[in-house]
Amino acid sequence: MTATAPALDKTAPAAVEVHDVHKWYGAHRVLDGIDLTVRPGEVTVILGPSGSGKSTLLRVINHLEKPEIGYVSVNGELIGVKRQGERLKELSERAILAQRSHIGFVFQNFNLFPHLTVLDNVAAAPVATGRLAKPEALRLARDLLDRVGLADKADAYPRQLSGGQQQRVAIARALALRPGIILFDEPTSALDPELVGEVLSVIKDLATSGTTLVIVTHEIGFAREVADRVVFIDAGRIVEQGPPHEVLDRPRHERTRDFLSKVL
Amino acid sequence: MSEPPGAVVSLVDAPAAEPPSRPLTAQRVLPLRRPGRWAVTAVVVVLVAQIVHGLATNPFYQWDRFRYWFLRPTILDGLGITLEVAALSAVLGLLGGIVLALGRLSGSPVLRAVSWTYTWLFRSVPLIVVLIFLYNFSALYKTVSLGIPFGPSFISFDESKLATDMAVAVVGLSLNEAAYAAEVVRGGILSVDQGQHEAASALGLPGGYQFTRIVFPQALRSITPNYVNQLIGLIKSTSLVFYVSLLDLFGSVQSMGSTYPGDIVPLLLVATVWYLILTSVVSVVQFYVERYFARGATRTLPPTPLQKARAALADLRTRLRREAAV
Repeated sequence: MTATAPALDKTAPAAVEVHDVHKWYGAHRVLDGIDLTVRPGEVTVILGPSGSGKSTLLRVINHLEKPEIGYVSVNGELIGVKRQGERLKELSERAILAQRSHIGFVFQNFNLFPHLTVLDNVAAAPVATGRLAKPEALRLARDLLDRVGLADKADAYPRQLSGGQQQRVAIARALALRPGIILFDEPTSALDPELVGEVLSVIKDLATSGTTLVIVTHEIGFAREVADRVVFIDAGRIVEQGPPHEVLDRPRHERTRDFLSKVL
Repeated sequence: MSEPPGAVVSLVDAPAAEPPSRPLTAQRVLPLRRPGRWAVTAVVVVLVAQIVHGLATNPFYQWDRFRYWFLRPTILDGLGITLEVAALSAVLGLLGGIVLALGRLSGSPVLRAVSWTYTWLFRSVPLIVVLIFLYNFSALYKTVSLGIPFGPSFISFDESKLATDMAVAVVGLSLNEAAYAAEVVRGGILSVDQGQHEAASALGLPGGYQFTRIVFPQALRSITPNYVNQLIGLIKSTSLVFYVSLLDLFGSVQSMGSTYPGDIVPLLLVATVWYLILTSVVSVVQFYVERYFARGATRTLPPTPLQKARAALADLRTRLRREAAV
Protein backbone atom coordinates (compact mmCIF):
# COMPACT_ATOMS: atom_id res chain seq x y z
CA MET A 1 0.00 0.00 0.00
CA THR A 2 2.62 2.49 1.05
CA ALA A 3 5.83 1.30 -0.49
CA THR A 4 7.73 4.43 0.48
CA ALA A 5 6.74 4.33 4.19
CA PRO A 6 9.76 4.30 6.45
CA ALA A 7 10.46 0.99 8.15
CA LEU A 8 9.91 1.78 11.81
CA ASP A 9 8.16 -1.02 13.67
CA LYS A 10 6.54 -3.40 11.20
CA THR A 11 5.15 -5.73 13.86
CA ALA A 12 3.00 -3.27 15.84
CA PRO A 13 -0.44 -2.39 14.41
CA ALA A 14 -0.46 0.83 12.44
CA ALA A 15 -1.12 3.91 14.59
CA VAL A 16 -3.48 5.14 11.90
CA GLU A 17 -4.77 3.24 8.93
CA VAL A 18 -6.95 5.00 6.39
CA HIS A 19 -8.46 2.53 3.99
CA ASP A 20 -9.90 3.60 0.63
CA VAL A 21 -11.78 6.59 2.09
CA HIS A 22 -14.22 8.53 -0.10
CA LYS A 23 -16.10 11.62 1.02
CA TRP A 24 -18.51 13.91 -0.81
CA TYR A 25 -20.04 17.26 0.08
CA GLY A 26 -23.11 17.16 -2.12
CA ALA A 27 -21.79 16.61 -5.63
CA HIS A 28 -18.29 17.76 -4.71
CA ARG A 29 -15.82 14.91 -4.19
CA VAL A 30 -13.49 15.92 -1.32
CA LEU A 31 -11.71 12.63 -0.72
CA ASP A 32 -11.36 10.27 -3.62
CA GLY A 33 -9.98 6.97 -2.41
CA ILE A 34 -7.33 7.75 0.22
CA ASP A 35 -5.08 4.97 1.54
CA LEU A 36 -2.64 5.96 4.25
CA THR A 37 -0.74 4.10 6.95
CA VAL A 38 0.98 5.86 9.83
CA ARG A 39 3.34 3.80 12.00
CA PRO A 40 3.50 4.31 15.78
CA GLY A 41 5.81 7.17 16.72
CA GLU A 42 5.95 8.44 13.16
CA VAL A 43 5.59 12.14 12.32
CA THR A 44 3.57 12.59 9.13
CA VAL A 45 3.15 15.97 7.47
CA ILE A 46 0.32 16.40 4.97
CA LEU A 47 0.82 19.08 2.31
CA GLY A 48 -1.44 20.22 -0.47
CA PRO A 49 -3.17 23.22 -2.00
CA SER A 50 -6.24 24.62 -0.22
CA GLY A 51 -9.36 22.66 -0.99
CA SER A 52 -7.34 19.53 -1.68
CA GLY A 53 -8.98 17.64 1.21
CA LYS A 54 -6.13 17.69 3.77
CA SER A 55 -8.26 19.02 6.63
CA THR A 56 -11.13 16.71 5.74
CA LEU A 57 -8.75 13.73 5.82
CA LEU A 58 -7.60 14.76 9.30
CA ARG A 59 -11.20 15.18 10.48
CA VAL A 60 -12.12 11.77 9.08
CA ILE A 61 -9.40 10.21 11.26
CA ASN A 62 -11.16 11.26 14.51
CA HIS A 63 -14.62 10.94 12.94
CA LEU A 64 -15.54 14.63 13.04
CA GLU A 65 -16.45 13.82 9.43
CA LYS A 66 -17.95 10.48 8.39
CA PRO A 67 -16.49 8.85 5.29
CA GLU A 68 -19.10 7.74 2.73
CA ILE A 69 -16.99 4.77 1.69
CA GLY A 70 -14.00 3.21 3.42
CA TYR A 71 -12.88 3.13 7.03
CA VAL A 72 -10.25 4.39 9.44
CA SER A 73 -8.61 2.51 12.26
CA VAL A 74 -6.43 3.84 15.03
CA ASN A 75 -4.14 1.39 16.85
CA GLY A 76 -6.03 -1.44 15.19
CA GLU A 77 -9.46 -0.25 16.39
CA LEU A 78 -12.09 0.86 13.85
CA ILE A 79 -13.15 4.48 14.36
CA GLY A 80 -16.83 5.43 14.41
CA VAL A 81 -17.98 2.03 13.19
CA LYS A 82 -17.90 -1.62 14.19
CA ARG A 83 -17.72 -4.75 12.10
CA GLN A 84 -20.97 -6.69 12.05
CA GLY A 85 -20.62 -9.76 9.89
CA GLU A 86 -19.70 -8.48 6.45
CA ARG A 87 -20.87 -4.95 7.12
CA LEU A 88 -19.81 -1.82 9.01
CA LYS A 89 -22.30 -0.43 11.51
CA GLU A 90 -22.24 3.07 12.95
CA LEU A 91 -21.23 3.27 16.62
CA SER A 92 -23.26 5.08 19.27
CA GLU A 93 -22.48 8.73 19.97
CA ARG A 94 -21.13 7.79 23.37
CA ALA A 95 -18.75 5.16 21.96
CA ILE A 96 -17.45 7.58 19.33
CA LEU A 97 -16.82 10.23 22.00
CA ALA A 98 -14.90 7.64 24.03
CA GLN A 99 -12.75 6.81 20.98
CA ARG A 100 -12.06 10.49 20.30
CA SER A 101 -10.77 10.99 23.82
CA HIS A 102 -7.75 8.86 22.80
CA ILE A 103 -7.00 10.98 19.74
CA GLY A 104 -5.75 14.52 20.31
CA PHE A 105 -6.90 17.23 17.90
CA VAL A 106 -5.50 20.75 17.59
CA PHE A 107 -7.51 23.26 15.55
CA GLN A 108 -6.39 26.08 13.31
CA ASN A 109 -8.50 28.55 15.34
CA PHE A 110 -7.56 27.02 18.72
CA ASN A 111 -11.24 26.75 19.79
CA LEU A 112 -10.40 27.16 23.46
CA PHE A 113 -13.42 27.50 25.76
CA PRO A 114 -13.54 31.28 26.30
CA HIS A 115 -15.60 31.15 29.51
CA LEU A 116 -13.12 28.88 31.32
CA THR A 117 -9.70 29.85 32.64
CA VAL A 118 -6.64 28.43 30.92
CA LEU A 119 -6.22 25.93 33.75
CA ASP A 120 -9.85 24.76 33.51
CA ASN A 121 -9.57 24.47 29.73
CA VAL A 122 -6.77 21.95 30.18
CA ALA A 123 -8.28 20.14 33.19
CA ALA A 124 -11.86 19.85 31.85
CA ALA A 125 -11.56 16.79 29.62
CA PRO A 126 -9.84 14.36 32.07
CA VAL A 127 -12.50 15.22 34.69
CA ALA A 128 -15.49 15.14 32.30
CA THR A 129 -14.46 11.77 30.87
CA GLY A 130 -14.09 10.39 34.39
CA ARG A 131 -10.40 9.56 34.10
CA LEU A 132 -9.07 11.79 36.85
CA ALA A 133 -10.44 13.36 40.01
CA LYS A 134 -10.50 17.15 39.96
CA PRO A 135 -7.36 17.75 42.13
CA GLU A 136 -5.27 15.31 40.07
CA ALA A 137 -6.54 16.86 36.83
CA LEU A 138 -5.57 20.31 38.06
CA ARG A 139 -2.11 19.06 38.99
CA LEU A 140 -1.71 17.46 35.56
CA ALA A 141 -2.95 20.66 33.91
CA ARG A 142 -0.35 22.73 35.77
CA ASP A 143 2.40 20.31 34.69
CA LEU A 144 1.28 20.51 31.06
CA LEU A 145 1.07 24.31 31.11
CA ASP A 146 4.58 24.34 32.51
CA ARG A 147 5.66 22.07 29.65
CA VAL A 148 4.32 24.48 27.02
CA GLY A 149 5.86 27.41 28.91
CA LEU A 150 2.62 28.97 30.19
CA ALA A 151 2.63 28.10 33.90
CA ASP A 152 2.14 31.77 34.77
CA LYS A 153 -1.03 32.06 32.61
CA ALA A 154 -3.06 29.37 34.44
CA ASP A 155 -5.65 31.81 35.80
CA ALA A 156 -5.97 33.96 32.66
CA TYR A 157 -8.88 33.63 30.25
CA PRO A 158 -8.04 32.55 26.68
CA ARG A 159 -8.91 35.92 25.10
CA GLN A 160 -6.33 37.61 27.31
CA LEU A 161 -3.58 35.60 25.57
CA SER A 162 -1.80 36.03 22.25
CA GLY A 163 -2.59 33.62 19.42
CA GLY A 164 0.63 31.69 19.96
CA GLN A 165 -0.09 31.30 23.66
CA GLN A 166 -3.66 30.19 22.92
CA GLN A 167 -2.41 27.54 20.54
CA ARG A 168 0.07 26.27 23.15
CA VAL A 169 -2.82 26.03 25.64
CA ALA A 170 -4.80 24.10 23.02
CA ILE A 171 -1.89 21.66 22.68
CA ALA A 172 -1.74 21.25 26.48
CA ARG A 173 -5.50 20.64 26.45
CA ALA A 174 -5.07 17.88 23.86
CA LEU A 175 -2.19 16.35 25.86
CA ALA A 176 -4.29 16.22 29.06
CA LEU A 177 -6.04 13.09 27.74
CA ARG A 178 -2.61 11.45 27.17
CA PRO A 179 -3.44 10.56 23.55
CA GLY A 180 -1.20 8.15 21.68
CA ILE A 181 -1.72 10.21 18.54
CA ILE A 182 -2.29 13.90 17.96
CA LEU A 183 -3.74 15.47 14.81
CA PHE A 184 -2.82 19.09 13.99
CA ASP A 185 -5.02 21.01 11.55
CA GLU A 186 -2.89 23.91 10.28
CA PRO A 187 -1.83 24.83 13.83
CA THR A 188 0.08 27.96 12.81
CA SER A 189 -2.07 29.31 9.96
CA ALA A 190 -3.99 31.77 12.18
CA LEU A 191 -0.85 33.17 13.81
CA ASP A 192 1.29 36.23 13.21
CA PRO A 193 4.61 35.18 11.64
CA GLU A 194 6.58 36.04 14.79
CA LEU A 195 4.36 33.75 16.91
CA VAL A 196 4.68 30.71 14.65
CA GLY A 197 8.04 29.69 16.11
CA GLU A 198 6.85 29.22 19.70
CA VAL A 199 4.09 26.83 18.58
CA LEU A 200 6.34 24.89 16.20
CA SER A 201 8.93 24.40 18.93
CA VAL A 202 6.29 22.84 21.22
CA ILE A 203 5.27 20.49 18.38
CA LYS A 204 8.93 19.68 17.75
CA ASP A 205 9.31 18.61 21.39
CA LEU A 206 6.33 16.30 20.98
CA ALA A 207 7.81 14.86 17.78
CA THR A 208 10.94 13.77 19.64
CA SER A 209 8.93 12.34 22.56
CA GLY A 210 7.63 9.41 20.50
CA THR A 211 3.99 10.53 20.14
CA THR A 212 2.49 9.79 16.75
CA LEU A 213 1.74 13.08 15.00
CA VAL A 214 -0.19 13.85 11.83
CA ILE A 215 0.23 17.50 10.88
CA VAL A 216 -1.48 19.48 8.14
CA THR A 217 0.64 22.57 7.55
CA HIS A 218 2.03 25.00 5.04
CA GLU A 219 5.36 25.34 6.88
CA ILE A 220 7.65 23.53 4.44
CA GLY A 221 10.78 24.24 6.48
CA PHE A 222 9.17 22.74 9.54
CA ALA A 223 8.07 19.69 7.53
CA ARG A 224 11.64 19.16 6.35
CA GLU A 225 12.90 19.37 9.93
CA VAL A 226 10.44 17.15 11.86
CA ALA A 227 8.63 14.93 9.37
CA ASP A 228 9.48 11.26 8.97
CA ARG A 229 7.22 11.31 5.98
CA VAL A 230 5.60 13.93 3.80
CA VAL A 231 2.31 13.18 2.05
CA PHE A 232 1.23 15.42 -0.82
CA ILE A 233 -2.49 15.54 -1.55
CA ASP A 234 -4.31 17.12 -4.47
CA ALA A 235 -8.00 16.92 -5.43
CA GLY A 236 -8.75 14.33 -2.76
CA ARG A 237 -6.01 11.91 -3.79
CA ILE A 238 -2.52 11.19 -2.51
CA VAL A 239 -0.21 12.29 -5.30
CA GLU A 240 3.01 11.16 -3.68
CA GLN A 241 4.53 10.41 -0.31
CA GLY A 242 7.93 9.63 1.14
CA PRO A 243 10.73 11.01 3.32
CA PRO A 244 10.97 14.83 3.21
CA HIS A 245 14.25 14.86 1.29
CA GLU A 246 12.60 12.91 -1.52
CA VAL A 247 9.20 14.60 -1.73
CA LEU A 248 10.40 18.13 -0.99
CA ASP A 249 13.73 18.11 -2.83
CA ARG A 250 13.18 15.64 -5.67
CA PRO A 251 9.41 15.49 -6.26
CA ARG A 252 8.53 12.97 -8.93
CA HIS A 253 5.17 14.45 -9.91
CA GLU A 254 4.58 17.59 -11.89
CA ARG A 255 1.72 18.63 -9.53
CA THR A 256 4.00 18.42 -6.46
CA ARG A 257 6.76 20.39 -8.20
CA ASP A 258 4.24 23.02 -9.19
CA PHE A 259 2.87 23.35 -5.62
CA LEU A 260 6.33 23.48 -4.04
CA SER A 261 7.52 26.13 -6.47
CA LYS A 262 4.62 28.33 -5.33
CA VAL A 263 4.98 27.92 -1.57
CA LEU A 264 8.78 27.89 -1.30
CA MET B 1 7.02 70.41 1.93
CA SER B 2 8.69 73.67 1.14
CA GLU B 3 6.84 76.03 3.44
CA PRO B 4 8.42 79.30 4.45
CA PRO B 5 9.76 79.38 8.00
CA GLY B 6 6.93 81.65 9.19
CA ALA B 7 4.11 79.29 8.12
CA VAL B 8 3.82 77.46 11.45
CA VAL B 9 2.99 80.64 13.35
CA SER B 10 0.18 81.47 10.91
CA LEU B 11 -1.63 78.31 12.04
CA VAL B 12 -2.38 80.04 15.33
CA ASP B 13 -5.34 82.37 15.13
CA ALA B 14 -3.42 85.25 16.67
CA PRO B 15 -2.25 88.48 15.06
CA ALA B 16 1.36 88.32 13.99
CA ALA B 17 2.15 91.37 16.11
CA GLU B 18 1.29 89.45 19.27
CA PRO B 19 3.35 86.22 19.15
CA PRO B 20 2.12 83.33 21.33
CA SER B 21 3.71 83.35 24.76
CA ARG B 22 4.20 79.60 24.66
CA PRO B 23 5.35 77.23 21.91
CA LEU B 24 2.44 75.70 19.95
CA THR B 25 2.92 72.22 21.41
CA ALA B 26 2.41 73.47 24.99
CA GLN B 27 -0.98 75.01 24.24
CA ARG B 28 -4.34 73.38 24.86
CA VAL B 29 -6.63 72.77 21.92
CA LEU B 30 -9.75 74.89 22.38
CA PRO B 31 -12.85 72.63 22.35
CA LEU B 32 -15.46 73.28 19.63
CA ARG B 33 -18.43 75.41 20.80
CA ARG B 34 -21.82 73.81 20.20
CA PRO B 35 -24.52 76.51 20.62
CA GLY B 36 -27.25 74.38 18.97
CA ARG B 37 -26.77 71.60 21.49
CA TRP B 38 -26.96 74.07 24.39
CA ALA B 39 -30.22 75.53 23.07
CA VAL B 40 -31.89 72.10 22.67
CA THR B 41 -30.69 71.08 26.14
CA ALA B 42 -32.22 74.20 27.67
CA VAL B 43 -35.60 73.51 26.02
CA VAL B 44 -35.61 69.89 27.23
CA VAL B 45 -34.68 70.93 30.80
CA VAL B 46 -37.59 73.35 30.89
CA LEU B 47 -40.03 70.71 29.59
CA VAL B 48 -38.86 68.12 32.12
CA ALA B 49 -39.13 70.67 34.94
CA GLN B 50 -42.69 71.44 33.88
CA ILE B 51 -43.67 67.77 33.92
CA VAL B 52 -42.11 67.20 37.36
CA HIS B 53 -43.74 70.35 38.70
CA GLY B 54 -47.09 69.25 37.33
CA LEU B 55 -46.76 65.78 38.87
CA ALA B 56 -45.90 67.26 42.24
CA THR B 57 -48.44 70.07 42.43
CA ASN B 58 -51.50 68.98 40.40
CA PRO B 59 -54.12 68.06 43.06
CA PHE B 60 -55.62 65.59 40.55
CA TYR B 61 -52.89 63.07 41.48
CA GLN B 62 -53.83 63.16 45.20
CA TRP B 63 -50.38 62.27 46.53
CA ASP B 64 -51.74 62.07 50.10
CA ARG B 65 -54.07 59.22 49.01
CA PHE B 66 -51.10 57.66 47.16
CA ARG B 67 -49.20 57.62 50.47
CA TYR B 68 -52.24 56.11 52.18
CA TRP B 69 -52.57 53.25 49.64
CA PHE B 70 -48.94 52.54 48.81
CA LEU B 71 -48.27 50.08 51.67
CA ARG B 72 -51.86 48.99 52.46
CA PRO B 73 -52.08 45.20 53.19
CA THR B 74 -54.51 44.63 50.27
CA ILE B 75 -52.01 46.19 47.88
CA LEU B 76 -49.08 44.26 49.39
CA ASP B 77 -51.06 40.99 49.20
CA GLY B 78 -51.69 41.73 45.51
CA LEU B 79 -48.01 42.50 45.03
CA GLY B 80 -47.19 39.14 46.66
CA ILE B 81 -49.45 37.33 44.19
CA THR B 82 -47.91 39.22 41.27
CA LEU B 83 -44.43 38.22 42.44
CA GLU B 84 -45.43 34.60 42.97
CA VAL B 85 -47.11 34.24 39.58
CA ALA B 86 -44.26 36.04 37.79
CA ALA B 87 -41.50 34.04 39.53
CA LEU B 88 -43.13 30.65 38.96
CA SER B 89 -43.96 31.40 35.32
CA ALA B 90 -40.50 32.82 34.67
CA VAL B 91 -38.81 29.63 35.92
CA LEU B 92 -41.28 27.19 34.33
CA GLY B 93 -41.35 29.22 31.11
CA LEU B 94 -37.56 29.22 30.83
CA LEU B 95 -37.33 25.47 31.52
CA GLY B 96 -40.06 24.84 28.92
CA GLY B 97 -38.22 27.16 26.54
CA ILE B 98 -34.97 25.21 26.92
CA VAL B 99 -36.78 21.93 26.21
CA LEU B 100 -38.53 23.45 23.16
CA ALA B 101 -35.27 24.97 21.88
CA LEU B 102 -33.52 21.60 22.16
CA GLY B 103 -36.48 20.10 20.28
CA ARG B 104 -36.10 22.68 17.52
CA LEU B 105 -32.37 21.89 17.25
CA SER B 106 -32.79 18.12 17.48
CA GLY B 107 -32.08 15.66 14.68
CA SER B 108 -35.60 14.23 14.78
CA PRO B 109 -37.96 15.86 12.28
CA VAL B 110 -40.95 15.01 14.50
CA LEU B 111 -39.47 16.78 17.55
CA ARG B 112 -38.55 19.76 15.36
CA ALA B 113 -42.09 19.95 13.96
CA VAL B 114 -43.75 19.62 17.38
CA SER B 115 -41.58 22.37 18.87
CA TRP B 116 -42.17 24.63 15.91
CA THR B 117 -45.93 24.07 16.04
CA TYR B 118 -46.05 24.77 19.78
CA THR B 119 -44.15 28.03 19.36
CA TRP B 120 -46.30 29.01 16.40
CA LEU B 121 -49.54 28.28 18.28
CA PHE B 122 -48.73 30.05 21.56
CA ARG B 123 -47.18 33.04 19.85
CA SER B 124 -50.32 33.42 17.76
CA VAL B 125 -52.98 33.14 20.47
CA PRO B 126 -53.36 36.18 22.77
CA LEU B 127 -52.43 35.42 26.39
CA ILE B 128 -55.84 36.55 27.63
CA VAL B 129 -57.50 33.93 25.39
CA VAL B 130 -55.18 31.21 26.72
CA LEU B 131 -55.98 32.21 30.32
CA ILE B 132 -59.74 32.24 29.88
CA PHE B 133 -59.54 28.98 27.91
CA LEU B 134 -57.70 27.35 30.83
CA TYR B 135 -60.16 28.87 33.26
CA ASN B 136 -62.91 26.94 31.49
CA PHE B 137 -60.73 23.88 31.02
CA SER B 138 -62.59 21.80 33.60
CA ALA B 139 -65.62 21.97 31.34
CA LEU B 140 -63.61 20.39 28.50
CA TYR B 141 -61.82 17.68 30.46
CA LYS B 142 -63.58 16.55 33.63
CA THR B 143 -60.67 14.46 34.92
CA VAL B 144 -56.93 14.33 34.41
CA SER B 145 -55.40 10.86 34.71
CA LEU B 146 -51.98 9.25 34.64
CA GLY B 147 -51.66 5.95 32.81
CA ILE B 148 -50.78 4.23 29.54
CA PRO B 149 -51.66 6.46 26.57
CA PHE B 150 -55.03 5.39 25.12
CA GLY B 151 -54.96 2.52 27.70
CA PRO B 152 -55.96 2.06 31.33
CA SER B 153 -55.28 4.86 33.79
CA PHE B 154 -53.64 4.45 37.19
CA ILE B 155 -54.50 7.65 39.00
CA SER B 156 -57.08 10.23 38.10
CA PHE B 157 -57.77 13.68 39.48
CA ASP B 158 -60.88 15.74 39.49
CA GLU B 159 -59.86 18.65 37.31
CA SER B 160 -61.92 21.24 39.14
CA LYS B 161 -60.02 20.48 42.38
CA LEU B 162 -56.60 20.45 40.69
CA ALA B 163 -56.91 23.73 38.87
CA THR B 164 -56.92 26.51 41.44
CA ASP B 165 -56.98 30.06 40.12
CA MET B 166 -53.27 30.30 40.91
CA ALA B 167 -52.53 27.12 38.94
CA VAL B 168 -54.54 28.37 35.95
CA ALA B 169 -52.63 31.67 36.01
CA VAL B 170 -49.19 30.06 36.33
CA VAL B 171 -49.89 27.39 33.71
CA GLY B 172 -51.29 29.93 31.26
CA LEU B 173 -48.41 32.35 31.65
CA SER B 174 -45.82 29.55 31.53
CA LEU B 175 -47.27 28.05 28.36
CA ASN B 176 -47.13 31.46 26.72
CA GLU B 177 -43.72 32.34 28.15
CA ALA B 178 -42.17 29.03 27.03
CA ALA B 179 -42.99 29.78 23.39
CA TYR B 180 -41.08 33.07 23.50
CA ALA B 181 -38.30 31.72 25.73
CA ALA B 182 -37.77 28.88 23.23
CA GLU B 183 -36.79 31.36 20.53
CA VAL B 184 -34.58 33.32 22.93
CA VAL B 185 -32.77 30.15 24.04
CA ARG B 186 -32.47 28.84 20.47
CA GLY B 187 -30.96 32.14 19.37
CA GLY B 188 -28.49 31.95 22.24
CA ILE B 189 -27.43 28.41 21.38
CA LEU B 190 -27.02 29.30 17.69
CA SER B 191 -24.81 32.24 18.67
CA VAL B 192 -22.17 29.90 20.11
CA ASP B 193 -19.38 29.33 17.59
CA GLN B 194 -19.47 26.00 15.75
CA GLY B 195 -15.81 25.53 16.72
CA GLN B 196 -16.88 25.17 20.36
CA HIS B 197 -19.09 22.19 19.51
CA GLU B 198 -16.25 20.68 17.48
CA ALA B 199 -13.64 21.20 20.18
CA ALA B 200 -15.91 19.68 22.86
CA SER B 201 -16.66 16.80 20.58
CA ALA B 202 -13.01 16.27 19.56
CA LEU B 203 -12.04 16.06 23.23
CA GLY B 204 -14.66 13.33 23.65
CA LEU B 205 -16.57 15.27 26.32
CA PRO B 206 -19.86 13.47 27.10
CA GLY B 207 -22.95 14.93 25.39
CA GLY B 208 -24.63 16.27 28.55
CA TYR B 209 -21.39 17.88 29.70
CA GLN B 210 -20.94 19.52 26.30
CA PHE B 211 -24.33 21.19 26.60
CA THR B 212 -24.38 22.13 30.29
CA ARG B 213 -20.74 23.16 30.72
CA ILE B 214 -19.51 24.32 27.33
CA VAL B 215 -22.33 25.44 25.03
CA PHE B 216 -25.09 26.66 27.38
CA PRO B 217 -22.91 28.87 29.62
CA GLN B 218 -21.69 30.66 26.49
CA ALA B 219 -25.24 30.87 25.11
CA LEU B 220 -26.40 32.48 28.37
CA ARG B 221 -24.41 35.58 27.54
CA SER B 222 -26.74 36.42 24.66
CA ILE B 223 -29.79 34.77 26.26
CA THR B 224 -29.68 37.06 29.33
CA PRO B 225 -30.58 40.45 27.79
CA ASN B 226 -33.26 38.92 25.59
CA TYR B 227 -34.76 36.87 28.38
CA VAL B 228 -34.82 39.84 30.76
CA ASN B 229 -36.78 41.68 28.09
CA GLN B 230 -39.21 38.75 28.13
CA LEU B 231 -39.26 38.77 31.91
CA ILE B 232 -40.25 42.44 32.08
CA GLY B 233 -43.03 41.72 29.59
CA LEU B 234 -44.07 38.79 31.78
CA ILE B 235 -44.23 40.92 34.95
CA LYS B 236 -46.60 43.26 33.17
CA SER B 237 -48.60 40.38 31.66
CA THR B 238 -49.36 39.13 35.17
CA SER B 239 -51.89 41.98 35.32
CA LEU B 240 -54.08 39.82 33.04
CA VAL B 241 -54.58 37.18 35.74
CA PHE B 242 -57.18 39.54 37.16
CA TYR B 243 -59.46 38.03 34.51
CA VAL B 244 -59.15 34.55 36.03
CA SER B 245 -60.29 36.02 39.37
CA LEU B 246 -56.85 36.26 40.93
CA LEU B 247 -56.24 39.46 42.91
CA ASP B 248 -52.72 40.43 41.89
CA LEU B 249 -51.31 43.97 42.19
CA PHE B 250 -53.45 45.27 39.33
CA GLY B 251 -56.44 43.21 40.54
CA SER B 252 -56.34 44.71 44.03
CA VAL B 253 -55.99 48.19 42.58
CA GLN B 254 -59.00 47.53 40.33
CA SER B 255 -61.17 46.19 43.16
CA MET B 256 -60.16 48.99 45.56
CA GLY B 257 -60.83 51.46 42.76
CA SER B 258 -64.39 50.22 42.34
CA THR B 259 -64.97 50.43 46.09
CA TYR B 260 -63.40 53.93 46.38
CA PRO B 261 -64.03 55.51 42.95
CA GLY B 262 -62.54 58.83 44.08
CA ASP B 263 -59.17 57.17 44.63
CA ILE B 264 -58.78 55.60 41.21
CA VAL B 265 -55.95 57.90 40.10
CA PRO B 266 -53.75 57.51 43.22
CA LEU B 267 -54.42 53.73 43.08
CA LEU B 268 -53.22 53.56 39.47
CA LEU B 269 -50.15 55.53 40.54
CA VAL B 270 -49.53 52.98 43.30
CA ALA B 271 -49.61 50.17 40.73
CA THR B 272 -47.39 52.16 38.34
CA VAL B 273 -44.76 52.82 41.00
CA TRP B 274 -44.70 49.19 42.12
CA TYR B 275 -44.29 47.97 38.52
CA LEU B 276 -41.48 50.52 38.10
CA ILE B 277 -39.76 49.19 41.23
CA LEU B 278 -40.06 45.56 40.05
CA THR B 279 -38.63 46.41 36.62
CA SER B 280 -35.79 48.39 38.18
CA VAL B 281 -34.82 45.52 40.47
CA VAL B 282 -34.80 43.17 37.47
CA SER B 283 -32.61 45.60 35.51
CA VAL B 284 -30.06 45.84 38.34
CA VAL B 285 -29.93 42.06 38.65
CA GLN B 286 -29.54 41.88 34.84
CA PHE B 287 -26.43 44.10 34.98
CA TYR B 288 -24.66 41.81 37.43
CA VAL B 289 -25.77 38.60 35.72
CA GLU B 290 -24.48 39.90 32.38
CA ARG B 291 -21.25 40.96 34.03
CA TYR B 292 -20.87 37.43 35.44
CA PHE B 293 -21.35 35.79 32.04
CA ALA B 294 -18.95 38.26 30.41
CA ARG B 295 -16.02 36.50 32.12
CA GLY B 296 -13.67 35.46 29.36
CA ALA B 297 -15.84 36.96 26.61
CA THR B 298 -14.29 40.39 27.03
CA ARG B 299 -10.72 41.07 28.05
CA THR B 300 -11.83 43.31 30.91
CA LEU B 301 -15.19 43.20 32.68
CA PRO B 302 -17.55 46.19 32.33
CA PRO B 303 -17.21 48.42 35.44
CA THR B 304 -19.88 48.39 38.15
CA PRO B 305 -21.58 51.77 38.87
CA LEU B 306 -19.34 52.17 41.94
CA GLN B 307 -16.20 51.56 39.89
CA LYS B 308 -17.51 53.98 37.25
CA ALA B 309 -18.08 56.69 39.87
CA ARG B 310 -14.59 56.17 41.28
CA ALA B 311 -13.02 56.36 37.83
CA ALA B 312 -14.96 59.55 37.03
CA LEU B 313 -13.77 61.11 40.29
CA ALA B 314 -10.16 60.21 39.58
CA ASP B 315 -10.53 61.58 36.05
CA LEU B 316 -11.95 64.87 37.35
CA ARG B 317 -9.10 65.17 39.82
CA THR B 318 -6.38 64.77 37.18
CA ARG B 319 -8.18 67.22 34.90
CA LEU B 320 -8.37 69.84 37.65
CA ARG B 321 -4.71 69.29 38.42
CA ARG B 322 -3.77 69.71 34.76
CA GLU B 323 -5.98 72.81 34.56
CA ALA B 324 -4.19 74.28 37.55
CA ALA B 325 -0.81 73.53 36.01
CA VAL B 326 -1.57 75.27 32.67
